[in-house]
Amino acid sequence: MTAPRCLKPLVMGVVAIVSAATAVAAPRIPVDGSEVLERLPVTVGDRRLRELAPLRAALNRDPNDLRAAVTLARAYIDTGRTTGDPRYAGYAEAVLSPWWTMPAPPAEVAILRAVLLQRVHRFDASLADLDRLLAENPRNGQAQLTRATILQVQGRFDEARQACAALRGLVPAMYVLACEAGVDGATGRLQPAFDALAAAFARVPDADAGTRAWVLGTLAELAERAGRFTVAETHFRNALAADPDDQYLLAAYADFLLDRGRSREVMSLLAGRGRADGLLLRLALAADAMKSGDATALAGQLRARFDAAAMRGDRVHLREEARCTLHLARDPHAALALALDNWTVQKEPADLLILAEAAAATRDASARAVIDAWVARTGLEDIRITAALRSTKSATTAHPSSASLRSTR
Amino acid sequence: MRVLVAILLSLVCQLAAAHKPSDSYLALETRDAIVDVQWDIALRDLDFAIGLDADQDGAITWDELRARHADIAAYAVARLTVAGDGDACPMAVREHLVDEHTDGGYAVLRLRATCSAPPAALRIGYRLFFDLDGQHKGLARIAHAGGTQGAIFSADHREQVIQLASPGAWSQFRDYVRHGVWHIWIGFDHILFLLSLLLPAVLVRTTQTWAPASSFRVSGIEVLRVVTAFTVAHSITLTLAAFDTVTLPSRLVEAAIAASVVLAALNNVWPVIATQRWAMAFAFGLIHGFGFASVLADLGLPDGSRLAALLAFNVGVELGQLAIVVAFLPLAWWLRGRWVYRRLVFVAGSMAVAALAAAWFVERAFDVRFIG
Repeated sequence: MTAPRCLKPLVMGVVAIVSAATAVAAPRIPVDGSEVLERLPVTVGDRRLRELAPLRAALNRDPNDLRAAVTLARAYIDTGRTTGDPRYAGYAEAVLSPWWTMPAPPAEVAILRAVLLQRVHRFDASLADLDRLLAENPRNGQAQLTRATILQVQGRFDEARQACAALRGLVPAMYVLACEAGVDGATGRLQPAFDALAAAFARVPDADAGTRAWVLGTLAELAERAGRFTVAETHFRNALAADPDDQYLLAAYADFLLDRGRSREVMSLLAGRGRADGLLLRLALAADAMKSGDATALAGQLRARFDAAAMRGDRVHLREEARCTLHLARDPHAALALALDNWTVQKEPADLLILAEAAAATRDASARAVIDAWVARTGLEDIRITAALRSTKSATTAHPSSASLRSTR
Repeated sequence: MRVLVAILLSLVCQLAAAHKPSDSYLALETRDAIVDVQWDIALRDLDFAIGLDADQDGAITWDELRARHADIAAYAVARLTVAGDGDACPMAVREHLVDEHTDGGYAVLRLRATCSAPPAALRIGYRLFFDLDGQHKGLARIAHAGGTQGAIFSADHREQVIQLASPGAWSQFRDYVRHGVWHIWIGFDHILFLLSLLLPAVLVRTTQTWAPASSFRVSGIEVLRVVTAFTVAHSITLTLAAFDTVTLPSRLVEAAIAASVVLAALNNVWPVIATQRWAMAFAFGLIHGFGFASVLADLGLPDGSRLAALLAFNVGVELGQLAIVVAFLPLAWWLRGRWVYRRLVFVAGSMAVAALAAAWFVERAFDVRFIG
């Protein structure tokens, strides 16, 4: 059984991979006329999109119809978010094409463009749009919130804190607190952030499902990083009760369960959700942990997904690819390279975690220095990262005979 | 519990189709003036663009797809252009198949673009789905004589130019050597001429008859003289003809070659030129060179490296010749004392060759055909 490999994307790789894909794939002429070749996605979102058919027609007549384009684009973006299907982002971009390359498009288009750019991790381009929007209209709540989120992902915490503060009066107070809790939780105020948010949430029992899912998910993550696992689990479950299809929540809870060694529950949690690459990763990790017979097949599927992304030059899933490379392909040096690449784009605790795990597995001193500097500068508290780093330390000071330590999982 | 896990896993495996952005896959292969293309287009994308699900049941069947093949072909061909050195290469769909990639079923179109001449560079224009999906990409692989190249088409990059490298100089040289060897081996008239001159090399002319020669060294030198004279002569005229310095009508040349074979063969029976056969080899070799030149003209010399190709072709001819001589000489030396050689091969054989060559002469001079 050969270990699957996760490849780094390169244009030259297109040749090798397309060759491999078309060599392994075998074009054929079906024998049976009733053979089903493709099942089209039929979701609630699609029904909604069918209702928007008149808008589609209006846009076909006049592609410059701003109202129709913006409404349709918004619908596509929402459907893409709920299904996790990136094709909808492409449809939204096409609908906005008359304005897409403008340096300063109309505000309604600019905010959608910023959201779409953020989705594919083009953070600086997204921020450029958001900054321009906010210069014209500082009270644009969605722009402020998106901006605050991006700044947090980029690890620019001072600016993120200011952005959260700027939300006051523009959005419900709960949103402001959740925003600030996210920033505080990553900068040495983990427990106070949790307490403040939990208290505020308790005072708003009738929040809508979306808000509940977001706030409870944030509380769950804060609790997990603090090592309060029972509390974290309660919040995860409640968050998923509010929004069972939230891809982000599902992934975070799956990671929580994997850390606790509860792989079987990951399988039931994510059953039938293998279409999204991120969730397939968790399924593959669970199968690998259980040493299930299907582990290789799942890891192979995952490799095919990363290959497909590499072929088109997408680097959106670097964090997942690094995890796949470290834990499934068991190639710590390649994983470290991917984790470092990812770190240049995203600096969330999860990104530091995979970096720490890869640094521990390779015992790379320079990567360790990067991690130590970050933790010292920001005061990040995360029990998972501490555990991963501890295994590095003991690995470097231990005798060679005990150097087979792996990062805790 | 393991059973439950297995069932859950099988659910995962059944829903193996992934969520990914839209791609199409292009595999191009160039051969002379032909460009063959295999284009994999996602059924989901085609449905979004032109509608495939005739009965609106959410499933696309082979029957439904087949019903739209003409429309799919028209749609696709309108969105892919191939041009060679500035001239558009008209393209047509030849075959429809299906296949699967990580995100589901794909229609596979096999197309052929025919250019007016083998292009030095291909300009490929791609505009599939950009009006519907701003993130769609065309992932292409182009295979040509110089190797394989990849290209990615996106809304921002709808055209790419691929330089089709000519085959390397060394492989080209090898090709022409091969052609040279081949053309002397299939050139029976040249071989028969050469053999006619070499047959007596292992014999010695006495007053009225032929006797086996006594010195291998002498025979060897004779062979060397004849072959060298032939080689030098045909190389001269081959070069002159290849560079169009001297041109002779091919009918004349072919007839003259046949005549040379007749004369060389008859000379063995009634020796007119007994000891200076090398002169005969030289004189008639000049004519044979024009014969090789016409073959080379059919092959064509590459523009940038005419001399090298000519040299390679000539080397090939010499190598082919050498092989024949090396095979002939020991055998002839061994048999030279036998009646079989002196009467049968030498005399009767020469007469047969003369007869054959005479027939060729008539065919070529008068443009008739009876031997074929």
